[in-house]
Amino acid sequence: MKRINVQRTKALLKVFAVLVPLLLNGFSIAAASTEQLPGVSRNEVAAAPAPAVDAAHGAVAAPEEEKAGDVIMHHILNNREFAFPPFGSVELPEIKLGGFDISITKHVVMLWVVSAILLVIFSIVGAKYKKMTPSQAPKGLVNAMEALVEFIRTDVAKANIGKDYEKYLTYLLTVFFFILLCNLMGLVPYGATATGNINVTLTLATFTFFLTQIAALKAHGIKGYLAHLTGGTHPALWIIMIPIEFIGLFTKPVALTIRLFANMTAGHIVILSLIFISFILKSYIVAVVMSVPFSIFIYLLELFVAFLQAFIFTMLSALFIGLASAHEGHDEHEAGVASH
Amino acid sequence: MLTSGVILLAGSLLSPEPGLIFWTAITFILVLLILKKIAWGPIITALQDREKGIQSSIDRAHQAKDESEAILRKNRELLSKADAEADRILREGKDYAEKLRADITEKAQSEAKKMIASAKDEIEQEKRRALDVLRNEVADLAVKGAEKIIKTALDADMQKKIVNSMIQDFSTKRN
Repeated sequence: MKRINVQRTKALLKVFAVLVPLLLNGFSIAAASTEQLPGVSRNEVAAAPAPAVDAAHGAVAAPEEEKAGDVIMHHILNNREFAFPPFGSVELPEIKLGGFDISITKHVVMLWVVSAILLVIFSIVGAKYKKMTPSQAPKGLVNAMEALVEFIRTDVAKANIGKDYEKYLTYLLTVFFFILLCNLMGLVPYGATATGNINVTLTLATFTFFLTQIAALKAHGIKGYLAHLTGGTHPALWIIMIPIEFIGLFTKPVALTIRLFANMTAGHIVILSLIFISFILKSYIVAVVMSVPFSIFIYLLELFVAFLQAFIFTMLSALFIGLASAHEGHDEHEAGVASH
Repeated sequence: MLTSGVILLAGSLLSPEPGLIFWTAITFILVLLILKKIAWGPIITALQDREKGIQSSIDRAHQAKDESEAILRKNRELLSKADAEADRILREGKDYAEKLRADITEKAQSEAKKMIASAKDEIEQEKRRALDVLRNEVADLAVKGAEKIIKTALDADMQKKIVNSMIQDFSTKRN
């Protein structure tokens, strides 16, 4: 036993002896290699802005940092190019319709990928359900999806909307799975986070806004809806109350928009920044000790946030619809504000 | 510092993209409609059916439990009623037997009394008859004795002898 231990420690020492100078020399090696490294990653990820390639050689500190920021922004923002780093990239078509630019961008492609995955999964699940009798227990994929669907149905829709929740269930379920998959696709290699684009979240929040207004109109009627805008106060105060209530209508969807967009964007910026720290400092030690472990940690956190934000968006949509169709006067506002 | 500055100044994070909004809306609505048709409809109906099934089986179980409890209660009632009935019958039987016994003994006693009374009567009659017979006999004997006394010499010794023999006669005759 002892001999084996001794041998093992000897082997470990050898590995250590090889590794330590390598890591310590990292500065000199990295100084040579990072001149290419960011350049390489630049060629991989960022190809769009032109003055990138020439700056890669013999760069000074400041432009290097700027380039890191460029790369991060390029990764997060929408553009008309789908990159598959070592293999090149696909240029997406530009479409103009009546003066509007409706080209297929990276995020549009991601939305379609998400839709395709959703349709495949749920056509399988739906077909299983059509064949199933009520006495049969679901299993496998069907069971996993049922847990989520059941969760949205009972704990989100039923709990927040109350009666007539079935009408909004289609929207809530779709929006939950759509956002969840969009969030998760951002964590897959070559993927992009469509929900990290404010235009996407704004569109989704607009749907919630319309549903909320429809629910309010249905519950209170046009008269009740307009009376609600006055806040139930004396007519003399209407000149103040009506603008406030009118702005209040839009705060909810705006909060939804910014919450989802900021959450998804922030996580990616943090991961990319942590990785770029090692390139900026040109050190393997920083990469091993800090960049990789921390970005793995943030990645896992992002995985959790993907579920959490999809849930929160759905939950708040259900809550807003429930509040809009609730029949009491004014506690709903406090509850609505508290949830922001 | 510069990195964050670039990110902030880029501005394009918040830049509107009508094309993306357009595609998002179209994609989302299409996905919603298709999913509603192929997935949510069947899943929600299946879930509701299952919920209803579970509820109905729970209800049925409750009903069955209530029914069985009712039956048990009824059985217990019947049992206690039967017990009471048996008790009653037993008591009645006992009473009847008691009465019967009392009747029988009474009857027997009265019978016995009657028999004793008739026996006494008979004895009395027999005794009277016997006394009558005895009286006649005694009268006869007395007459006979007187005859004899008168017939024989009337001295004292003789008289005594006669009386003695008479008495002896009596006693022998009586026995």
